[in-house]
Amino acid sequence: MRTTHDHGGDVRLTRISKTYGGFTAVHPLDLTVPQGTFFALLGASGCGKTTTLRMIAGLEEPTQGTVHLGDQDVTHLPPYKRPVNTVFQSYALFPHLDIFENVAFGLRRRGIKNVRKQVEEMLDLVQLGEHARKKPHQLSGGQQQRVAVARALINHPKVLLLDEPLGALDLKLRRQMQLELKRIQTEVGITFIHVTHDQEEAMTMADTVAVMNAGRVEQLGSPTDLYENPKSTFVANFLGTSNLIEAEVDTRSGDEIVLKAGGCKLSLPRARCSAPVTAGGKVLAGIRPEKISLTHADDAGRVPEGRNRLTGTITASSFIGVSTQYMIDSPACPGLEVYVQNLDRDARLVPGAEVVLHWDPAHTFGLDAAQDIDAGVEGVEPDEGVAA
Amino acid sequence: MAALTRAPAPPAPAGPEQRPPRRRGRLTPYWLLLPGLLWLVLFFVLPMVYQASTSVQTGSLEEGYKVTWHFVTYWEAVSEYWPQFVRSVLYAASATVLCLLLGYPLAYLLAFRAGRWRNLLLVLVIAPFFTSFLIRTLAWKTILADNGPLVGALDALHVLDVTSWLGWTSGDRVLATPLAVVCGLTYNFLPFMILPLYTSLDRIDPRLHEAAGDLYARPFTTFRKVTFPLSMPGVVSGTLLTFIPAAGDYVNADLLGSTDTRMIGNVIQTQFLRILDYPTAAALSFILMAAILVMVTVYIRRSGTEDLV
Repeated sequence: MRTTHDHGGDVRLTRISKTYGGFTAVHPLDLTVPQGTFFALLGASGCGKTTTLRMIAGLEEPTQGTVHLGDQDVTHLPPYKRPVNTVFQSYALFPHLDIFENVAFGLRRRGIKNVRKQVEEMLDLVQLGEHARKKPHQLSGGQQQRVAVARALINHPKVLLLDEPLGALDLKLRRQMQLELKRIQTEVGITFIHVTHDQEEAMTMADTVAVMNAGRVEQLGSPTDLYENPKSTFVANFLGTSNLIEAEVDTRSGDEIVLKAGGCKLSLPRARCSAPVTAGGKVLAGIRPEKISLTHADDAGRVPEGRNRLTGTITASSFIGVSTQYMIDSPACPGLEVYVQNLDRDARLVPGAEVVLHWDPAHTFGLDAAQDIDAGVEGVEPDEGVAA
Repeated sequence: MAALTRAPAPPAPAGPEQRPPRRRGRLTPYWLLLPGLLWLVLFFVLPMVYQASTSVQTGSLEEGYKVTWHFVTYWEAVSEYWPQFVRSVLYAASATVLCLLLGYPLAYLLAFRAGRWRNLLLVLVIAPFFTSFLIRTLAWKTILADNGPLVGALDALHVLDVTSWLGWTSGDRVLATPLAVVCGLTYNFLPFMILPLYTSLDRIDPRLHEAAGDLYARPFTTFRKVTFPLSMPGVVSGTLLTFIPAAGDYVNADLLGSTDTRMIGNVIQTQFLRILDYPTAAALSFILMAAILVMVTVYIRRSGTEDLV
């Protein structure tokens, strides 16, 4: 069961779905997680990510569809027969057993007699060697978290499932554990599937991220791909911040689409537009706040040719240290956000100032205007919806 | 938002103006304890002292009793009534084991499987308390009546042959046998077993079951290695709440038993109320109390639940 071919650790979900009474937690979903990758399921609470994870673990029976691990169909196997282990949210360590016995639990259940060496090695890997005889409640949150990882990893699962494993830790510890988990994953080479609502966590750790919303996968890709080329307003707003400008298609020529917004013309590469384009049709033009440069209206002539430009008025600015964040009202779109690095601060850029916003057209992305322009906005709050 | 409302109060300045309220508050706990303490002294400590003195008195009802430090009463009580002591412990232990066997599955169901029926079932567990202890026990007289359907069925199935051979019943009777007394004890003390078991099972995080399953434990192994060890506080308090009152009980043996099933409670009752031999009755009470204390202490030590509770 453990020695199949190279793709033995692939997780394949085929048309998998889950309904509770009349509520659909997960809509029919196809997903393949290649062996050895660090995969993140990202979404706000209630988006179906935890249910998906639990179906892989066998803790939830899918209403429809199948779960494959490598070549093996595990859809109807109970959890104790699946070569998969889980790091639970809030860890679920056995309070009556010490750390050693917690970690040895899986080995003992599979009838392995001599566990000492393996357990000690595993405790060393997570740097808890000297705590072996303590009870879970005697350890700090971060240490308990590492015990939970060790307890799962010692069984050499084909896939390690992590259900919001860092949700209970404070920010600093969370950053530290992110690096730690990434290190462990690289070291053991096991497929990790990580469920989180924290977009920063997903982006720093995962090779591939699937953004989920309302029981569906909105978009799947590498963190950079998702950030640079969002395919829906939800992804654009949920991962970082996006300025979405309602625009009308003016002309199409080869690789370039020209849009009209509030009297300005914006250029959009054809390849970066996920919306159907018809002359006169609506499109949302997106641009990330840090891609935009600001120039005071007096210097408008110095803006290089070939850049997308909008005019506007600064309504608010806040100094962050590395950067300054501006809110700008433009005839094309109110409430545009712009982050400017504090290289040479222009003292004229204060609330009330007239400015020109300009950016490289290659950074513009186009989205279907039929969607809710604010989808995913509240998800940006980093500390919201801890329970999934 | 919660973080905002729960933000810690600013550290109180350690100025002298903080002191008076603290000094006034120092006596409050003792005032609050007073009613309970008074109650305890009046209705527990004083009667205990009185009983202790009674147990070492000699005399007769006509001439009156005097404290003569007659400790021989203890020795005489033990040597005469040790069979009733042993019987009490045996019956109480049997009833406790039966309560555990019947109560554990029910408590488990209540804690993990009952769903929306949970509250109704809990009410049903407590419902018998709405009728008097005596009436409930008398009802068992009807249930176990010689010509009743239950005894008839047990007889027809030859169950009574086996139990009679074991000495639990005699002939084709259940009433007035050890089995009837143990049944009564089990029935009457079952809720005292179920409720603590339920409380401790209910406290177990269901995620621990999932974690055990995830770590290759079959359902029964999960029960053996996770659920049962974690429910030990409930098992210990449930068995104590059943065993201690059952060992001193006399109503069940009185109503459902015979002269051959007399428990130590019956002896004490007879000594106090019929024979009017107060010193012996008091000595027996103290011996029973000491015996239970010793057994309970050993039991708690052996079960090793101190660090679980």
